[in-house]
Amino acid sequence: MENFTPFLSLAGGLVLGLSATILLAGGRVAGISGIIAGLIPPSAPEKGWRVLFLLGLVGGAVLFPIVGGDISYIDINPYGFTDEMHYGALIIGGLLVGIGTSIGSGCTSGHGICGLGRLSTRALTATMSFMVVAVVTVFVIRTVMGA
Amino acid sequence: MFNIISVLSGTIFGFGLALSGMLSPSKVIGFLDITGNWDPSLAFVMGGGVAVTVVSFHFILKRPHPLFGEKFHLPTASNIDRRLVIGAGLFGLGWGIGGLCPGPAISSLAYASPQVAVFVVAMVAGILIAKKAFPASAR
Repeated sequence: MENFTPFLSLAGGLVLGLSATILLAGGRVAGISGIIAGLIPPSAPEKGWRVLFLLGLVGGAVLFPIVGGDISYIDINPYGFTDEMHYGALIIGGLLVGIGTSIGSGCTSGHGICGLGRLSTRALTATMSFMVVAVVTVFVIRTVMGA
Repeated sequence: MFNIISVLSGTIFGFGLALSGMLSPSKVIGFLDITGNWDPSLAFVMGGGVAVTVVSFHFILKRPHPLFGEKFHLPTASNIDRRLVIGAGLFGLGWGIGGLCPGPAISSLAYASPQVAVFVVAMVAGILIAKKAFPASAR
């Protein structure tokens, strides 16, 4: 557990809650997959706010190291795959994340942070489903592939 | 007005993700790897987020209108069906393989990694495929 960052992660979580609160005060749910999906044809009628939210999402990450945040912890290849394997995993993973969030109407932010905040049983069911499958997936990759 | 709310909310969200450690797929996989070198951080991120929303949403949704908008745009579905569970399951599978979910994937574009860009392109393609192949009748 030497990588555990309880304080930073809790603080980050509170900030995510604040962000979702601000967006809901404007009438919208901060579900990132839904915000992206609304830009993809057949698209939702209002696109401007979606583009602005996503630009903000990138901007916030740009801002973090500028104000002194440490991003050296970022490791995008958790299984230590070769380059070729890693790109393959990212393509398969990306396709599944896109298909799954579209069919299942949400991801970690929409179902997890916002849906649970609304005490939605649908969101709780979805969150438990993706958590269980993700845990099993990691276990299989770690044990079967030894990664 | 809502455009300002939106860019502000997005910026805070991206900053929160970077602060929380969730821009690193290794931290995400470290959480999901419960039989390995477990890193509980992600539970603290979700716990912190939900601790805020469960209180703030309660008060915001008690109002007839949003503070900064005309009406609430909330998900209308309430039934638990196969679509929800299978979709969430497929998302979990992709999340476990790549270590990225939609928020961190978009946010990480900030650091110009070609790997993240490839993931985002694949994710957009996935949404496009799902919209064509499995259009929701009641959405």
